[in-house]
Amino acid sequence: MTSIRELHKQLVRKERSAVELANEALDRIQRLEPKLHSFLHITADSALAQAKAVDAKIAAGEEIGMLAGIPIGIKDNMCTAGIPTTCASKILDKFVPPYESTVTQKLKDAGAVMVGKTNLDEFAMGSSTENSGYQVTANPWDLSRVPGGSSGGSAAAVAAAECVVALGSDTGGSIRQPAALCGVVGLKPTYGLVSRYGLVAYASSLDQIGPFGRSVEDAAVLLSAIAGYDPKDSTSLKVEIPNYAKLIRPNFRPRGRLRVGIIKETFGGGLDTVVEEKVKAAIETLQHLGAEIQIISCPTFSYGLPAYYIIAPSEASANLARYDAVKYGIRAEDADNLVEMYKETRAQGFGTEVKRRIMLGTYALSAGYYDAYYLKAQKVRALIKQDFDNAFEKVDVLVSPTSPTTAFKAGEKTADPLSMYLSDLMTIPVNLAGLPGINVPCGFDDKGLPVGMQLIGKPLGESLLLQVAHAYEQATDWHLKTPKLQ
Amino acid sequence: MKIDREQVQKVAHLARLALTPAEEEQFTPQLSSILEYFEQLGELNTDNIEPMTRVIEVSNVTRSDTIQTEIDREDLLREAPAQEGDFFRVPQIMSTDEE
Repeated sequence: MTSIRELHKQLVRKERSAVELANEALDRIQRLEPKLHSFLHITADSALAQAKAVDAKIAAGEEIGMLAGIPIGIKDNMCTAGIPTTCASKILDKFVPPYESTVTQKLKDAGAVMVGKTNLDEFAMGSSTENSGYQVTANPWDLSRVPGGSSGGSAAAVAAAECVVALGSDTGGSIRQPAALCGVVGLKPTYGLVSRYGLVAYASSLDQIGPFGRSVEDAAVLLSAIAGYDPKDSTSLKVEIPNYAKLIRPNFRPRGRLRVGIIKETFGGGLDTVVEEKVKAAIETLQHLGAEIQIISCPTFSYGLPAYYIIAPSEASANLARYDAVKYGIRAEDADNLVEMYKETRAQGFGTEVKRRIMLGTYALSAGYYDAYYLKAQKVRALIKQDFDNAFEKVDVLVSPTSPTTAFKAGEKTADPLSMYLSDLMTIPVNLAGLPGINVPCGFDDKGLPVGMQLIGKPLGESLLLQVAHAYEQATDWHLKTPKLQ
Repeated sequence: MKIDREQVQKVAHLARLALTPAEEEQFTPQLSSILEYFEQLGELNTDNIEPMTRVIEVSNVTRSDTIQTEIDREDLLREAPAQEGDFFRVPQIMSTDEE
């Protein structure tokens, strides 16, 4: 496993070229895709053109950034001009955006080499990537199991080294949960840190873009490249962005007394014994590294799940009203009038889970039910945020399992939506409170499936979060293990 | 809160979704059990709590009212399922079954 920092050195020293790196990634994709199905679109031509441009810069003696020439995967819900962007939905079949999202533009400018667009649960709604309208992605550690979701394609692609790093989006755990199930690092930044311009909206008060990497440092490099104020996103925060990767190098140990709080409510009922064991062992490691461990109660934590499944579908029902078969996407044939055209197109274009969430959201917002559901959920959201605020008066970082289970079998939870929703129990409250959270691999179960630990920070606490995650990673070797894919 | 098939049909119409009878049959018990799951929120006292719509403070974000031509009209129209000249083409709008 070669880090971005090492690859960067090799490029600068001309030991390897960006074209070589791109071809290696594309070859590996070619070889593994028949098993994994991580990618919806492979962008070989534009990848090689971008790699050539980077090599030309190096040849001309120009300075290149850390991400220049680095193969990267992009979740297919971020608009890429001239390259299909489907959100894994049939309703956007053949849609080619006429504009570029801010994050992908930043990565282009940084010289990163996009090798393809990764699979996801349709419109990022799901926890297993089985809701894709096109294909089911396999978990690289066990091909009969799911990679988690919704950013399952990005997580699997990074775990299988089809690309070095990848971007995902996280509305209720869609970066951290697949990162846990695929044994990679995945970070959901503070709400507002990364521009969502060009990210296809699911639930706008929760959506956030973030990085996947095989190490904390790689994720930090990618975060530095995408974070920052963007006038095109009105929720974008005007804050200074540190060089996150520099903050954690070389063998960083957090300064002073670090206070880590175990969220009491995340241990117990419904949690796999092996996940509990591994996360508790990881907490002991943090203690050995000098952290002071406290047990913290967030009494409303478990109410996050029902609150989320009111708020997110409500916002989704409004956001997805834009798929009206007028401006882009598919259109049902032979509709006699406009309303029929809407109804038939949406019936044909949306998958079952998307329909279910639109129905839930429409119901929750409809006359007579608004106060009982949407308004109540927003009040509960305020209580959850209050719990976190109280916790962060006592500790610097909170810790919990990322997912209550390791990767489950494909098809295991598709018949019962509620059982699937429970996969996001640990990650959802973090989105509701707008906080940064990171998944760090912390062991394997007896089947060889990865277990992940979630670290949660204060608003804009990414630096400390990455430092703690890095310190843990340096003290363990979980991240060095790779799935046995030929 | 139980939801019946008639309500499912009404919500589907509001959401502009043509559901098949099989989907209606599937969604009715599923949505009911999800709505029942939501009832636990009633355990929390939220009497004096302000609803939280966003996690960050943003006041109105404005920009100067100038025409920006970042995206070409032709490029936008090309993505439409049907277009005519400078317009999106749609089926008949008048005398629909709008309620």
